[in-house]
Amino acid sequence: MSHFYTDVDHFALLPAILLALFGCAIFLFDFLLGERSRRWQLTLVLPGLALTGWHLWKQGQIAPFTAFHGALTIDAFGLFFNWLFLLTAALIAVISYRYLEIEDEHQGEYYGLVLMAQTGAYFMAVGTELITIFVGLETMSLSFYVLVGFLRRSRRSNEAALKYLILGAFSSGILAYGFSILYGIAGSTYLTDIAVAVAARPAFDPLTVLAILTVSAGILFKISAAPFHMWAPDAYEGAPTAVTAYLAVGSKIASLALLLRLFLGPLGSAREAWEPLLVLAAIASLTVGNLAAVTQTNAKRLLAYSSIAHAGYLLLGLVAGNATGLQGIAIYTGAYVFMTIGAFLVLMAVHGEEIEDLNGFARRHPVYAVPMVVFLLSLAGLPPTAGFLGKYYIFLALIESGRYVLALIGAAYVAVALFYYFRLVRSMFLLPAIEVERPKASSLGLRVALGATGLITLGAGIYPEPFLQLAMRSLLK
Amino acid sequence: MHYVAVSLAMLLIGTAGLLTRRNIVIILMSIELILNAVNINLVAFSKHHGNAAGQVFAIFVIAVAVAEAAVGLGILLALFRNRETVQVDEVDLLKW
Repeated sequence: MSHFYTDVDHFALLPAILLALFGCAIFLFDFLLGERSRRWQLTLVLPGLALTGWHLWKQGQIAPFTAFHGALTIDAFGLFFNWLFLLTAALIAVISYRYLEIEDEHQGEYYGLVLMAQTGAYFMAVGTELITIFVGLETMSLSFYVLVGFLRRSRRSNEAALKYLILGAFSSGILAYGFSILYGIAGSTYLTDIAVAVAARPAFDPLTVLAILTVSAGILFKISAAPFHMWAPDAYEGAPTAVTAYLAVGSKIASLALLLRLFLGPLGSAREAWEPLLVLAAIASLTVGNLAAVTQTNAKRLLAYSSIAHAGYLLLGLVAGNATGLQGIAIYTGAYVFMTIGAFLVLMAVHGEEIEDLNGFARRHPVYAVPMVVFLLSLAGLPPTAGFLGKYYIFLALIESGRYVLALIGAAYVAVALFYYFRLVRSMFLLPAIEVERPKASSLGLRVALGATGLITLGAGIYPEPFLQLAMRSLLK
Repeated sequence: MHYVAVSLAMLLIGTAGLLTRRNIVIILMSIELILNAVNINLVAFSKHHGNAAGQVFAIFVIAVAVAEAAVGLGILLALFRNRETVQVDEVDLLKW
């Protein structure tokens, strides 16, 4: 090992190397073996993820440490998010199998792209250097553009992919512009150097303000917060449902990790310049997300608007800025992963997208309908579920830091959220079923994932202690 | 400082093109323009600070722009096969 690539560097890079290798192996097997390899793709994804998990665990033993002269920082924060990415990718891979078979697009590339997206997300969570972060973000985004358009013969999937690509590439461009200004301020691409240079300037220095405007616009796009949310409902609706779940969870929390890294790290000293922006974005997201969700007739679109509202709550945690707020964000993201994937996987089991497709679902499939109620309660933020804990800590943080009005606005929108989530419950339990022939969408993987997400969503609400500890340990120092 | 003015102008022109043009190919070109605004900034700052990191960043931005264009044209091709159009206002199955 040379001076340019030490053992520590290799150790820090290993999870990403494994993910990329397994991703490439899947592409290759699919190309060489074709139809015959399809059944084995899933059995290649899961060992790949397990191996990655093993290395993440080994990294956790000696974290925190830096590699590549500070370009990668493996700390509790980065590892927390990487564990979430890992669980997300595993759940998505398991639930996609039957779905892709029904849609007749069961291709190996799908699993390869899922792993590639996770490779990019890895660098977004642990990268502490602008080029590393940018390339990681693009690796993830490019995989997602293709995944959204994965149903090649479906016009809606094409259209969703195109809209997501145009706005996604635009937001990446704006974000890169912000990065170039940050580089101009510091003369270095390392976040630690940028933090020093930004702190040496006044908070309302024109260059700093330009950097904050462009960087926050770029990232708000990626976490689908208003006023940069317009791509989300279209992309979520048109994408294959399994990909919608991955997009809503993987892409959003990876971008959230990046947001926290940048705004608490290098831009931390310019807090007075960015805080009003994020307050506005949070209030706008809560308003747009919750009010637009009320009138939706498509369940995927409804969940898209609800995910915009969730982005608003997460931003409020950052606005509060104290340790409770950050703990709240960690709990909220953890809960968000499981309740969102859970809700989408029930939609996959229904094999319908309109809310009326859910009519009478409870009678036909009580095994799916009852957990769906838990997920919806959690999304709305009612006890005893994980979603309640997340909202509770974020409201607590807002009150502790004296932002009573924001806490009140946040709490008021929970009532609106209850209304539209319970439209889904009503349609499942109270309305008579519309008789249509549906393919058998249930599968072993779907049921296992349903059990796992359901147990965690409910378990974290009933016995929260371990989750609170975990969240406390993973804060960004 | 003049470089920042030029790049900011390019960023705004790109944004205006993205918002007003109807042809998807031209929209993709507008995105390229935004990424080139980034490159001007990076190279100018690199010269100003006398270190090479900005130029390295610029090369990565160019590579990313190429990848984005490739994926974008791929998706456009898939859309064209199904819809026979490259105008955004005719792509309207989903509420925009």
